Amino acid sequence: MSQTNERVANEPAVDRPPVMADTAPQLRVGGLRIPTDALRAYTLVFALVAIWVIFSYKTNNIFLEPRNISNLMRQTAVTGVLAVGMLMVIVTGQIDLSVGSVVGLTGGIAAIFLTWFGYGLVPALAAAVVAGLLIGALHGALTAYANIPAFIVTLGGMLVWRGAVKGLTQGNTIPVALQSFRDIGQQYVSKPTGWVIAVAAVASIVLLNVRRNSARRRHGLQAASAISLAVRTIIPSAVIIGFIWVLNSYSGVPVPVIILIAVAVVGAFLTEQTTFGRYLYAIGGNPDAARLSGINLRLHILAVFCIIGALAAVAGMINTARLGSATPDAGTLLELNAIAACVIGGASLVGGRGTVFGACLGALFMASLDNGMSLAGIKDYVQDITKGAILVFAVGLDMLGRRKG
Amino acid sequence: MAAESKQPLLEMRNITKSFPGVRALDGVSFDLYAGEVHALVGENGAGKSTLMKVLGGVYPHPEYGGEILINGEAQRFAGIRQAESAGIAVVYQELSLVKDMTVGENIFLGREPRRFGIILWDELYRRAHALLDELHLKIDPRTPVRNLGIGQQQLVEIAKALSQTARILVLDEPTAALTESEVETLFKILDSLRARGVGMIYISHKLDEVFRLSDRITVLRDGRTVGTDFTKNLDEARVIARMVGREVGDIFPKRTHEAGAPVFEVRNMTVEDPNVPGKFLVKNVSFSVRRGEVLGIAGLMGAGRSDLLMAIFGAHAGRVRGQIFVEGKRVRINSPSEAIRYGLGFVTEDRKRFGLILDQTILNNMTLASLPHVSGRFVTNADAEAAAGERASRELRVKANNVFTIVGTLSGGNQQKVVLAKWLLTKPRVLFLDEPTRGIDVGAKQEIYAQVNRLASEGLAIVLVSSELPEVLGLSDRVLVLHEGHITGEFKRAEATPEAVMSCATGHVKEVSSKQ
Repeated sequence: MSQTNERVANEPAVDRPPVMADTAPQLRVGGLRIPTDALRAYTLVFALVAIWVIFSYKTNNIFLEPRNISNLMRQTAVTGVLAVGMLMVIVTGQIDLSVGSVVGLTGGIAAIFLTWFGYGLVPALAAAVVAGLLIGALHGALTAYANIPAFIVTLGGMLVWRGAVKGLTQGNTIPVALQSFRDIGQQYVSKPTGWVIAVAAVASIVLLNVRRNSARRRHGLQAASAISLAVRTIIPSAVIIGFIWVLNSYSGVPVPVIILIAVAVVGAFLTEQTTFGRYLYAIGGNPDAARLSGINLRLHILAVFCIIGALAAVAGMINTARLGSATPDAGTLLELNAIAACVIGGASLVGGRGTVFGACLGALFMASLDNGMSLAGIKDYVQDITKGAILVFAVGLDMLGRRKG
Repeated sequence: MAAESKQPLLEMRNITKSFPGVRALDGVSFDLYAGEVHALVGENGAGKSTLMKVLGGVYPHPEYGGEILINGEAQRFAGIRQAESAGIAVVYQELSLVKDMTVGENIFLGREPRRFGIILWDELYRRAHALLDELHLKIDPRTPVRNLGIGQQQLVEIAKALSQTARILVLDEPTAALTESEVETLFKILDSLRARGVGMIYISHKLDEVFRLSDRITVLRDGRTVGTDFTKNLDEARVIARMVGREVGDIFPKRTHEAGAPVFEVRNMTVEDPNVPGKFLVKNVSFSVRRGEVLGIAGLMGAGRSDLLMAIFGAHAGRVRGQIFVEGKRVRINSPSEAIRYGLGFVTEDRKRFGLILDQTILNNMTLASLPHVSGRFVTNADAEAAAGERASRELRVKANNVFTIVGTLSGGNQQKVVLAKWLLTKPRVLFLDEPTRGIDVGAKQEIYAQVNRLASEGLAIVLVSSELPEVLGLSDRVLVLHEGHITGEFKRAEATPEAVMSCATGHVKEVSSKQ
């Protein structure tokens, strides 16, 4: 191990600012160079604003009222938590079609522990998360070690776990009375806490930008101009402050949103700042090269399925707590929302590409679609057709972009 | 001679073709008459295969510049099928047979005789049989291709090309994997085709074959035509001079240091084909390599060179037997990560498939195999990582704006340097190089050679596998020759002549190596 220390000792001792890629694929518009990834992000934000305007118009502004925004955010939280896990699965070049059923099963397990067995909050949560983790481990093991394609493993899982929740609940809805559990889905944090979060978020945005800029300069890359630096800090800060203000003008930031933020921050750290995350992108980008570089493919595939299993349980908690009961069909089609969120947010189903932030934006988009269409009274079948079409369209866009690049 | 008839069967005018960072073809003109064998020669990377891919429709019309005329008519192939229907048949260097199908199925793949959409199997095999008969090949068309030797597969490939009533037949290194008697069979076939008026383009490194077969010779160098002449007006020395355009010896650096103690040894390595149990890709191979030594491994395509390296590195899918010793200690390597831990580095062949993640940055690619050491065990240290990458990039002279450039946008030579850097960052004791200069230009090759020499002089043990004989001979202190999975020869640098190595590589060893 002395050899290892020697290697590290050779490197300059500096702290760890993020270094960004300078030569991402770009699109030239006149003199302007826009990275295609950024272009996708702008398109997504534009699409988001567009559907918000449309739904707002269709619902006589009910859509944009603080009460509905609060509701929308809670819906986003369920999809978002799943999307963070799904992102890691997709980046690795895998897929998980079972998450909707796992959400239903883990939510059901929590409700059974609470209502039928009379356990407290912690044992119920632990049981659900352990169940999710074990299911994920099983999927991962079958995919990585038994070489069954993830598509088939999780397609089977989708039926198996849905069957399991139907069997466990005997087809009944199980109400949950425990208030501390319901709070997970229904409660708000106090308004001052919301402001504290806003201040912390703005401070970290400023800090990240400053550090990023100094890192770019240190590595001989062009540093961002003062204007672009200002834009990069002011716009996100304004969005965050506006977001907290809207939520506070109703009842405060919903607890599920806090959970999503925590999951997303950990997910972003894991994918962007760790060797584990780097290996996931490498495996998705070129599995042969990754394997020959000494990366244990199977272990990493097992790990991402464990993560998404556990996160499906977290989403299952939020969902059950939000509704105040567990139903046998809870979570149905959530896998579609999660996969669509990742792809809309820039992840590639071929693997190797995507970000947690993008997946969260995608989750907001899908939740907006669900919420807005329901609010506007659009018929159920039209909703299904729309969502299915959007998923296929988003993947089509990705493939089109790939062929040119 | 047919070559003097008036209108050429094929004319390619001013063909240009670029890949990111490389101009593979730069205004190449080429023509072919009916009943002629026109040889196309040049070093690896001179553009021969690229030119034939343009002709064969692999690179369809707008992807290249220039004109293609057949019998005076301009052609713009949108794809392989169109080139085929214009009478062009190409036998590529890489075998393109479907191994799990029979010989007959492969010959008529995509063009099966059928009625109402139903394949007429008897008809298919009858025609395949007739075709193989005509070529004097004693191969049962119902044999799965997998069961054939590599030479026979090559002949089936040629039969397949001929089944399409081709007017123009392109043969890209057709004899690379053939035994001497198979070569004779092939030449007889080609002579009969010449009599039938088929125009043939013959690409080969083996100049004796070229002189024996061809009517005219065109030499390509660095994507340009150096000259076209009648074979009878040329001799081997003049062709070689045109191919290299310089003294042959000078691209290999002079070696001054001495090799040290042995660091790596394999004993009785046997590697089984993962798809065909009982078939061995490598049999009973033993060798050792010393500090500061470059050990070359020569051999033809399919001789088991890459399988041997993959097996040593713990990356072979099938069963492997044999012992590996690092610094005299017996080690067991079951995965690449273990190999890396024991100080082995492996610059794999085919960098796009095995070496690089093309849409990631130079830096991410370079540090992939050494991330916990150069960056951080769990949390990455972007600054330390960038510093390590920048140092490696400077050391190997990677030409890019910075280490955050996407690897896929680099030229082949620079991509290869990135792969090399990746393995140097793992601080290896033994470095395996598998075809380290395939498909890169001469300048970049020279730089890679200089690096190999520098690394050896710094005490690294290097095992070099290459199908370019001059490269193996120019760089190695010692040369092992593999033929069908066996070591058929071992030479010291001074004793390794191209002729001696080649005769071992083709299995025509006059005397059994005393080393065995």
